[in-house]
Amino acid sequence: MIMLSEMNPGEQGIVSKIDAQGELKQRLFSLGLRKGSQIKMKASSISKSTLEVEVGSTLLALRYEEAKMIQVRV
Amino acid sequence: MKEFVIALVGQPNVGKSMLINAIADARLRVGNFSGVTVEKAEVRFVAQGHSIKIVDLPGTYSLNDYTQDERVTKEFLENEPYDLIINVVDTTNLERNLFLTTQLLELDKKMIVALNMMDEAQKEGMCVDHEQLGSILGVPCVKVSAATKKGIGKLLNRAIDMFQFSHEKSKLIYSDVVEEEVAKIVLFLEEKRYKSAFTYRDIALKLLEEDVKTYHQMRDEPLWLELSLILKEALEHLYLHHESKDVSEIFAQERAAFAKGAVLETLTCKKCTSSNMTEKIDAILIHKVFGIPIFVVLMWSLFQLTFELGSIPMEWIDMFFVALGTYVKTIFGEGALGSLLADGALSGVGAVVMFLPNIVILFLGIALLETTGYMARVAFLLDGFFHRFGLHGKSFIPLVTGFGCSVPAYMSARTLKNDKDRLITLFIIGFMSCGAKLPVYVLFVGAFFPQEQAGNVLFLIYIAGALVGLIAAKFLKRFVFKGVDEPFVMEMPKYRLPSLKLIWHTVVIKAILYLQKAGTFILAASMLIWFASNYPKYPEIEAEYAQKIELAQSDEAKASLENEQAKVLLEKSFLAMIGKSTEGLFAPIGLDWKMTVALESGLAAKEVVVSTLGVLYALGAEVDEESEGLLEVIQKEIPFASAVSFIIFVMFYLPCMAASIVFAKESGSYKYLAYLFVFTTMIAWGLSFIGYRIALYM
Repeated sequence: MIMLSEMNPGEQGIVSKIDAQGELKQRLFSLGLRKGSQIKMKASSISKSTLEVEVGSTLLALRYEEAKMIQVRV
Repeated sequence: MKEFVIALVGQPNVGKSMLINAIADARLRVGNFSGVTVEKAEVRFVAQGHSIKIVDLPGTYSLNDYTQDERVTKEFLENEPYDLIINVVDTTNLERNLFLTTQLLELDKKMIVALNMMDEAQKEGMCVDHEQLGSILGVPCVKVSAATKKGIGKLLNRAIDMFQFSHEKSKLIYSDVVEEEVAKIVLFLEEKRYKSAFTYRDIALKLLEEDVKTYHQMRDEPLWLELSLILKEALEHLYLHHESKDVSEIFAQERAAFAKGAVLETLTCKKCTSSNMTEKIDAILIHKVFGIPIFVVLMWSLFQLTFELGSIPMEWIDMFFVALGTYVKTIFGEGALGSLLADGALSGVGAVVMFLPNIVILFLGIALLETTGYMARVAFLLDGFFHRFGLHGKSFIPLVTGFGCSVPAYMSARTLKNDKDRLITLFIIGFMSCGAKLPVYVLFVGAFFPQEQAGNVLFLIYIAGALVGLIAAKFLKRFVFKGVDEPFVMEMPKYRLPSLKLIWHTVVIKAILYLQKAGTFILAASMLIWFASNYPKYPEIEAEYAQKIELAQSDEAKASLENEQAKVLLEKSFLAMIGKSTEGLFAPIGLDWKMTVALESGLAAKEVVVSTLGVLYALGAEVDEESEGLLEVIQKEIPFASAVSFIIFVMFYLPCMAASIVFAKESGSYKYLAYLFVFTTMIAWGLSFIGYRIALYM
């Protein structure tokens, strides 16, 4: 189990827990990021402040802070 | 004849706009109302004897109203009258798209699912059994491709069919756990012979979803006593099974599972070579090191192109209007009418039309940025940087739109969820110089800088505006709109080559709107400015000069006297009175009353700035410089330092009237408009002062 924020580009896993609350959780949900989704780290911007991940066939951009809320089973 | 209303709903980037263009194609006028109500676009046309209206709603990932534009969609779907929903889905991303579909099904309206981007899906080796998907969802599914226009006719026929038939309720099937509990409640209601306008299944689901209204109704019924016990037990089962007590989350899970199941049953992949084109492009464009430099170079090229390419036809247009003015004077004479037409109408309109090529190039660039999917990448690249200035990565999108026009920019700020982030973005959008300011820059930069530097200076102006905007954002975040940061979660759409037609369409509409404005609003404003600069008349002065000119010896002396007369009269005109009354405020930043008036009239619309200058300087230069363009006149009449100050002021002061009204609407209060006025004027004046003083020493 690691946090999404700690994953390196190319690594993948399955989302096991999302610590977000309310609206953010709903948002992630409707974008396809939920418990059980396949997730793959694609890229990050300078100093890892923003991350690009692939969920299903969707590419998403998240901040490091949001990625810290997402637990992944590698 | 009754008009059928179709609501076009879908997630962002599924090709709704392209589909609407494919359906409506040439058969209709696309009514993209410029101005205040662009939130939902409407298209009307007649097909097979039915008049049809399609409402294109803002893209939404779900009906949970996360952002303001999503709220527009939700509110329309829940409160406005319409006959049919066409749910546009991206076939290459079916599962996520069907999540929205499941929410739409619950609205209980007639619906068709348009499986869009079928061509792309086939290329990726996907095969969708649309009949089966239709029977699972309980609504017809039609394969279409907006890009290749396949299936469009079928979709339209299907829609017209649907109008004739009565609505059949679609049935969303949940997991066994939920269905079991629903069955129990339904059985109980049946046994009780409960009378209701709704089906038992609906009531059961509403109760499980903790719908407040249904609870209110049921609580007053005698059977509530027993029902509540059954319900309690049912909910406990759900909690246990889903490991959560959040009912909205449980049902979201349920819908997601349904969508997943539906995809599993209907989608087969022959080879499923998901195209890694996007991956390859992303490897370059969002590269850690090169990403931002690439973006800067792209923007720089856009401004170079705007200036270089645009300046070629610009000269022709300028020459054309000058020649036309001279010709008009030979027909209507040098009297009031000739002057009104040539110096008023033609000078003013010409000064604006002249910049059409620049505007077209700029809008073309912005349209490309918006439609290829690159915009989201830049938001990704810049979020870290923006975040430091108290802005959200997504603010980038309204800010870039602001380079085109502030009005849609203010509106697109709706995609920001947090009100404070949105207000900060709204306040600085004006600093992203809009297309209407471009003429001022092109004119002054062209007049005061050598040709080979002009593109760079132009780029610098835009960058400087943006930087000041960022600093202003930091200030606002720090001292005015304090608050927590909004999370940054954004889809990065696949790269797509935009359809040439769509781009062409957007640019042509922009060009037509620009010309329309020049032919109506600017025309009227120019004539008004002409009037204000020619009246009141002073017959004594004119008589006095007529006498002097009569006595003058050489042609040269005559010309200079005529020149002097024009200047003296202009100095006594209404316009001069207005300009001079506020001249004191602008004197410290080096602007004379003519420039002051141009700035003030620019409050109505930024195009008026150049048209006012056009009229004012055409008059002042009436006599001996008739064949010269506006550019040369400006060069002669305005000192360099004043020009710098003028450019800076234009960069930062209040946006035009239309934009200001939209700003007030979007920010939610006229109070904010007053703040914006004070805020922008202070910055504009302060920076102009600094710029003027520095330029004086150069």
